[in-house]
Amino acid sequence: MQIRVLQRSVLPGFGLTMGVTVFYLGLIVLLPLAALVLKSATVPWQQFWDTVCDPRVMASYRLSFGASLIAAAVNAVFGFIVAWVLVRYSFPGRKLVDAMVDLPFALPTAVSGIALTALYAPGGWLGRWLTPLGIPAAYCRLGVVIALTFIGMPFVVRTLQPALEDLDPELEEAAASLGASRLQTFRRVLLPGILPALLTGFALAFARGLGEYGSVVFIAGNMPMKTEIAPLLIITKLEQYDYAGATAIAVVMLSASFLLLLAINMLQWWSRRHSE
Amino acid sequence: MRSGKTPLGCSLWIGIGLAGMAMGLAGCGGGGNADGQRIEILNVSYDPTRELYKQFNEAFAQHWKDSTGTEVSIRMSHGGAGKQARAVIDGLEADVMTLALAYDIDAIHEKTDLIPQDWQKRLPHNSCPYTSTIVFLVRKGNPKGIHDWDDLVKGDVSVITPNPKTSGGARWNYLAAWGYVLQQELGDLAVLDDPQKAEAVAKAQEKARRFVTELYRHVPVLDSGARGSTMTFVKNGMGDVLLAWENEAFLAVNELGPDQFEIVVPSVSILAEPPVTVVDKMVDKHGTREVAEAYLKYLYSERGQALAAKNYYRPVAPSKVPEEDMQRFPDVQRFSVDDVFGGWQKAQQMHFNDGGVFDEIYKP
Repeated sequence: MQIRVLQRSVLPGFGLTMGVTVFYLGLIVLLPLAALVLKSATVPWQQFWDTVCDPRVMASYRLSFGASLIAAAVNAVFGFIVAWVLVRYSFPGRKLVDAMVDLPFALPTAVSGIALTALYAPGGWLGRWLTPLGIPAAYCRLGVVIALTFIGMPFVVRTLQPALEDLDPELEEAAASLGASRLQTFRRVLLPGILPALLTGFALAFARGLGEYGSVVFIAGNMPMKTEIAPLLIITKLEQYDYAGATAIAVVMLSASFLLLLAINMLQWWSRRHSE
Repeated sequence: MRSGKTPLGCSLWIGIGLAGMAMGLAGCGGGGNADGQRIEILNVSYDPTRELYKQFNEAFAQHWKDSTGTEVSIRMSHGGAGKQARAVIDGLEADVMTLALAYDIDAIHEKTDLIPQDWQKRLPHNSCPYTSTIVFLVRKGNPKGIHDWDDLVKGDVSVITPNPKTSGGARWNYLAAWGYVLQQELGDLAVLDDPQKAEAVAKAQEKARRFVTELYRHVPVLDSGARGSTMTFVKNGMGDVLLAWENEAFLAVNELGPDQFEIVVPSVSILAEPPVTVVDKMVDKHGTREVAEAYLKYLYSERGQALAAKNYYRPVAPSKVPEEDMQRFPDVQRFSVDDVFGGWQKAQQMHFNDGGVFDEIYKP
């Protein structure tokens, strides 16, 4: 930090913009989080521990983190394909498809939740075909993953698109002319170039999934121990005016997701350095 | 820190200051009422009262103008009752509150000094200008033959009700089922307070616990709110029966499909009392006490009671309501939370708080 400040940049205005940055981040991010941690600090340690280690709370952590990871992974694969198609090929209606990618961003989450539930419920358009196959989609864990995949998709596509656009097609041609197979080209030429962006997209989708409440509560069924997500348990605590318990769960989620995001960032730095 | 020629530290602070000022400016606005001829009050309510208060506010504004010459506009805030109570605790400046259960208004007294402890004694009928009850909504023709609470736990009947931990309405459902068993077992709910019958009462309570546990085994989905459950049942086709507020059930039948659903009224149900109150500290601050009190009193007037009945709430003074509007409410024996559970505080503590009876049902 000290070293950074001492290094003189040729760009003017560092002091002013840094001041705005500190204030802005402090107000928008740090202040609410500090309030959260302070509130949870009022809870006696034993009570804090009992709250966050309750089997039901543990089950909700597992579901929240598990479903978010699966959804982010699904999005990493299919989001990559969507981004690839949108960047590399031109076809009629491409602009339309491109615009559609943002829809999950724009839709109020409750609307997406209700729409998805109507679709996947046993009587719904998709649900009526899935249910006889023994795949209940709504009101079970799969439903949570579906909702989180839906809302996380734009993050992957939108972070991958610029990275793919930067990638020169000539590189692939060169690889092919030098005798690389398609798989080799993908693994050795394409992937290193887009991996940082892919990881960012994955991390964003994952983080978004962890915090998602509005759409999931409609499709999950909210059965204790089975399909209760952690944000729902926070709301449950608040309904009992148990502010301390709610913040306790929140602090654990926050710490865990911070660690995970940090790990993904590390991976990103590593992969960037590795590819250079 | 550092010593350079240009005052970098200084401009850093200017930046912080500028950003702060911009935020401050953006944050301003709003505020201020009760000036001169135009008064504004805020009514913080729960979800299913939207239609009722839309009509009632118009009627009251007219009435207030006719009798005092002052214009009043009423702003509404709707949402889950618990969420609304928390908003007021956290500083939403409500002049009046019209919530789904006394427990949430009690919480406001407990957490703040906005209202006195005896708030519920200030208006007639426990400060409830209208009441409701819990009924069953079944699919047309009642294919599973559901007529009373016992039928809910038969065979493969699937019951839709929201999560009592997050939904006020769901707590009424739960307590209604519990009270039904006590009524069946004891015959007369008055013996609950009879020390000589303590053994029989304990047995009945145990039976009620088993019944409610069994009931929730028949619940495939626990939505977080009453509207969510209605949607699950009506739109998504889940379940054979929906436990619902009477007014919500009427709404579902009339607006969504009289040819698809019917209402079944059980033999015994709960007396749901959604209370109202003035928020003392706020009306004194805004200078709106007079109009806020008149607003709530008007709910008890002929016009207020008629509008309640029209919106499927049972008026507390049926004599003030036209006969044809009363006919839609079938007779049902109703018990109150105070009589059977000793008030909302106790009920919440025993049944719905963490580690309560409801949590036991789902203990693995």
